[in-house]
Amino acid sequence: MRQTILKTENIDKYFYDPIEFQVLKNISFEVQKGEFLSMVGKSGSGKSTLLYVLSTMDTEYKGNLFIDNELMTGLSTDKLAAIRNEKIGFVFQFHYLLSEFTCLKNVMIPAIKLGKYSEKEIEEKAYEKLKILGLEDQALKPANKLSGGQQQRVAIARALINDPLLIMGDEPTGNLDSKNTNIVFDIFQELTQNYGQTIIAVTHDDDFAKKSDRIIEMKDGLII
Amino acid sequence: MNINTEIAKTYIISNKKLTAVAAAGVVLGMSIYIFMNSMLVGFDKSSSASIFKTTSHIRVYKDDEISKVLVKNSKENYLIINPKIVPSNNTIINPKLISETILKQPEVTVVTPQVSVNVFYNNGKSQISGLAIGIKPEEANVMYNIKSFMAEGNFDLLKSNPNGIIIGSGIAEKMNAKIGDNINLTSSKSVIKTYKVVGIFKTNNSKVDKSNSYVNLASSQQLLKEGASYITDINVNIVDPEKAKAIAEKISNITGYKAEGWKEANESAMAANKMRKMIITFVSLTILLVAGFGIYNILNMTVSQKINDIAILKAMGFKGKDVIRIFVTQAVTIGIMGVIGGMIMATVLITFLKKVYVGGDIGYFPIDYEPTKYLQGVVIGLVITFFAGYIPAKKAAKVDPVTIFRK
Repeated sequence: MRQTILKTENIDKYFYDPIEFQVLKNISFEVQKGEFLSMVGKSGSGKSTLLYVLSTMDTEYKGNLFIDNELMTGLSTDKLAAIRNEKIGFVFQFHYLLSEFTCLKNVMIPAIKLGKYSEKEIEEKAYEKLKILGLEDQALKPANKLSGGQQQRVAIARALINDPLLIMGDEPTGNLDSKNTNIVFDIFQELTQNYGQTIIAVTHDDDFAKKSDRIIEMKDGLII
Repeated sequence: MNINTEIAKTYIISNKKLTAVAAAGVVLGMSIYIFMNSMLVGFDKSSSASIFKTTSHIRVYKDDEISKVLVKNSKENYLIINPKIVPSNNTIINPKLISETILKQPEVTVVTPQVSVNVFYNNGKSQISGLAIGIKPEEANVMYNIKSFMAEGNFDLLKSNPNGIIIGSGIAEKMNAKIGDNINLTSSKSVIKTYKVVGIFKTNNSKVDKSNSYVNLASSQQLLKEGASYITDINVNIVDPEKAKAIAEKISNITGYKAEGWKEANESAMAANKMRKMIITFVSLTILLVAGFGIYNILNMTVSQKINDIAILKAMGFKGKDVIRIFVTQAVTIGIMGVIGGMIMATVLITFLKKVYVGGDIGYFPIDYEPTKYLQGVVIGLVITFFAGYIPAKKAAKVDPVTIFRK
């Protein structure tokens, strides 16, 4: 049975600065569990804007957003933060690791914040995630001592630590060379196929998009 | 450990230099605050101690009154065109009863009658004008602690010798009077009496030392040709000298005589104290505030540096409150380090200054470890560091992660 993880109903969004401009026009679509979805489109097409609306970080839109059959629209920022903590993992173009912490600690932080497991269990889980990404031997190094590709993989491990319903990526391979892009793509594919992970990624790398399960192409704020 | 605290701790440790500079600012501000305020307390204590050597907390006396209409309810206030102050007899009527009434007040500790007589001290050819104060030796000693500033002789001999006199060191020097010598006192009523010097006191207040002397109450009354019921002043000491004004008003209402607190009697000294207090409070608070600005600056910088961290933390589910907690924890930790350092440095400064001899009326520098000032400094210091951290933290909490990620 297919299970809907994310659903949007008639999402509109406007930018008011410098002039009023509609970025998203009546966006409605669904994402099923285990799907590897990529969103493509030219810059200015609204794909990143849509991703940030889906991420719950951007709350200024019209329409309804459901994650895990729960209405997100209108919830308080604190509630949304708690939901993101538990249900959504993020991977960005830049790794956004906390440079003063070890890789292990960086991976652990969202889980410690969630507070569902003891520190020891979290550490074990973090090692497990780093192992999936082939980084267990780098665990105790400070985050800023790693190469770009390794840092991005640590960021993916961090996104996975709370076993989220959904991983969102904004150009997750944008800063990587082709070798590392392939590594990251393989990881994403493995996650969807072997672990049933749902992934939504914005990209303008056509090769990357072609290999995903489903492509949503956007143009002028519309899905085409 | 809470994750917010852990992040704050990591930021502090990884930025050791900045932390040290901010903490050093607080150490300096804190220590100067405690030090200056302890010094202020010391100054106040030494100035009131020197006042209390010759002044009681409250003085009750009969004030001169302007002559009034004898007919009550008359339209005019004065029948006399040019009313004058009538220097009537300035004695207190029935001083015993009044003393007893005052002593019944709960806050009052000592009540003693006193007669002040303007006199000339004569010894051979030398003559000095001054003030002979008639006292009940035992009560007066309790009030002024005269024994503590006796330079020579024995205060207790005043009790056993009705014609004994204790003179100020300045008088003794000028008249070359020693213990056992006789000196003559001439009053305004032309009474000449011979007294035997039984003691010499030295208050270090040269005006007092050069003019005042203590005699028995009875012999001071004789100098004025008055009887045993003639009392000009009733002096009152109370538990807390700071309440003198209120209690003086109460006594005035009960007895009908004028009662004056020591602060009103020494207004110029009090005004000087007040000014000193204002300046020191202002300066020390400013220094603490500047230390607060130091923390504010450094936290502002940290927030700008860590804006990416803040964005990702918020994306990963940290609430605004959590972000505020991270940065406030950082500020308060710096504050606590500074406060502890400041207390140590203030203690060192005070210990050092306590040993400095300044001489004169004061002796050693009048400063002491004042627990209330330490406490005050700690509280104010922590409040300032809290706000110095809270303002940048609030800014950090408002960071919109989307605008950071989209850059």
